[in-house]
Amino acid sequence: MSFLVLRDVTKTFGTNPVLRGINLEVDLHQVVCLIGASGSGKSTMLRCINQLETVDSGEIHLGGDRVSGRGIDVDALRREVGIVFQAFNLFPHMTVLENVTLAPVKVLGFSKALAEERGVALLKRIGLDDKAKEYPDRLSGGQQQRVAIVRALAMEPRLLLLDEITSALDPELVGEVLNIVRDLAADGMTMMLATHEMGFAKEVSSKVCFLHEGVIHEEGPPEQIFEHPQEERTRAFVKRIIDAGRL
Amino acid sequence: MEDLVVPVPHATRRVGRVLTYRKAATLSLLFPPTGIPAMMHSLRAARLAREGEIESARHEGERARDWSWYSVGFGLSVYIIAFLAWLLLTNNHAVAQVFFGWSTMTDGGAWKSLLKGFWINVQVFLIAEVLVLVWALVVAIMRLLPGPACKPVRVLVTVYVDVFRGIPALLVILIVGLGLPQADVPFLGDFSDRNYAILALTLTYGAYVSEVYRAGIESVHWSQTAAARSLGLSYTQTMRHVVVPQAVRRVIPPLLNDFIGLQKDTSLIGALGVLDVVSRARFVNNSKGTLTAYSMGAILFLLVTIPFTRWLDWLIRRQQAKTLAGR
Repeated sequence: MSFLVLRDVTKTFGTNPVLRGINLEVDLHQVVCLIGASGSGKSTMLRCINQLETVDSGEIHLGGDRVSGRGIDVDALRREVGIVFQAFNLFPHMTVLENVTLAPVKVLGFSKALAEERGVALLKRIGLDDKAKEYPDRLSGGQQQRVAIVRALAMEPRLLLLDEITSALDPELVGEVLNIVRDLAADGMTMMLATHEMGFAKEVSSKVCFLHEGVIHEEGPPEQIFEHPQEERTRAFVKRIIDAGRL
Repeated sequence: MEDLVVPVPHATRRVGRVLTYRKAATLSLLFPPTGIPAMMHSLRAARLAREGEIESARHEGERARDWSWYSVGFGLSVYIIAFLAWLLLTNNHAVAQVFFGWSTMTDGGAWKSLLKGFWINVQVFLIAEVLVLVWALVVAIMRLLPGPACKPVRVLVTVYVDVFRGIPALLVILIVGLGLPQADVPFLGDFSDRNYAILALTLTYGAYVSEVYRAGIESVHWSQTAAARSLGLSYTQTMRHVVVPQAVRRVIPPLLNDFIGLQKDTSLIGALGVLDVVSRARFVNNSKGTLTAYSMGAILFLLVTIPFTRWLDWLIRRQQAKTLAGR
């Protein structure tokens, strides 16, 4: 059985069916990119995986355990599954280091000293250890997003969800954030990305899923999706991307 | 389509027009010290404009406007102060005698008595303030408990807030301070009058302040909660470490407002027979045949409230400088 399994997952907001039967298997160390138009359900799918949204029907399994539906320990699940948001969502009243150490101390029960030592080491890895005592508002968007990634990594998640993490950044800041994701992929981190950065998706993914109206319309290795799409809608989507000069 | 294009009269489009601020300068003459310069600049602007010296004319017009604004600021203030001074001196200094009687103002015994009373007000304020801060937060959090299961709690708390916000503080003090001991309510039947006053003020202001807290908590964007929960923090931990700290920071100014109100409403506790500053001022006034002791009590309140306000303003500014760089 794969590491992460989604089986017939559906989710409706009011009268708007956002996910209409998602089926997906992700193995350990895979990087899966979700592409598709806005509103196709990419973000909702990621938010369902760590239960920020509850699914209406279907099941999600992580490492063989059912992690959706009734009676599950959502806090335990979220210790294993990190998520990084489009808008960073750093805690503005805490310093960078406090942002990174809060969860390890409060959730994992690390001592403050140990959490800070690990936090500083992680910040050093992304070249922001000199900003440890700064408040997030003093950082650029790219720096904030890098801190947000580190904040998720501090929990040592087994799966990392990245929800359009470069969409709110100025173009010249996108690279520094993607570099970290590239490093994580090289380290074997299991990741799912919702993204509009097609070039990046083509480069890092082991698998690309094209979402259309709440279902995975086509999935396959990046060469298939971007160069030889099998489905008509995928072809049309990829053509629009190429026409816009984004691939 | 052509109907949409209404020609604008050429005259209204003259960007090069010189503004002389003649009407403002004329009104400014009501306060001659600044009104006269305003008018002079305005006249000069008009003359230069006629002579074709547009740049100089604009410069003069600008100064006419500046002087007109000075007339508003200084003129209004001077006339208001003059009016107040006239009030004090009117009726052969009667107002000054009643409110600021010299013999009472310089009476050390009177001050001593008032200070003794004021100390009780300060005690009540300080203790009630701490209780209000805690109690109101508890109320706010109970009112925001999620889910259908907690609905009864939410309703109960909402009723409390509605009721105690709706009753005047003086009535709550009388009901609590006279009613509870008379009915010999369990646990609450034998407080001192001062403690009943504290209880009553805490109940009243707790209702107000809980609404301030609630607004603050609701103003913290849900994405902050999403971020905290996604890291594995529980609902309680998220409130404790992420939502409430941000909420409290945001509501400090309105909170401060309510505390000044609380400080002032400690003047109502005399209704229970507590010898606070107001009761003592009344004794002094009765024996001296003046109202000056009330003014002295007011001065005592101001001596505390004004520095308190400034200190909190300073705290807020310092906090903002720390976390809101470049905004």
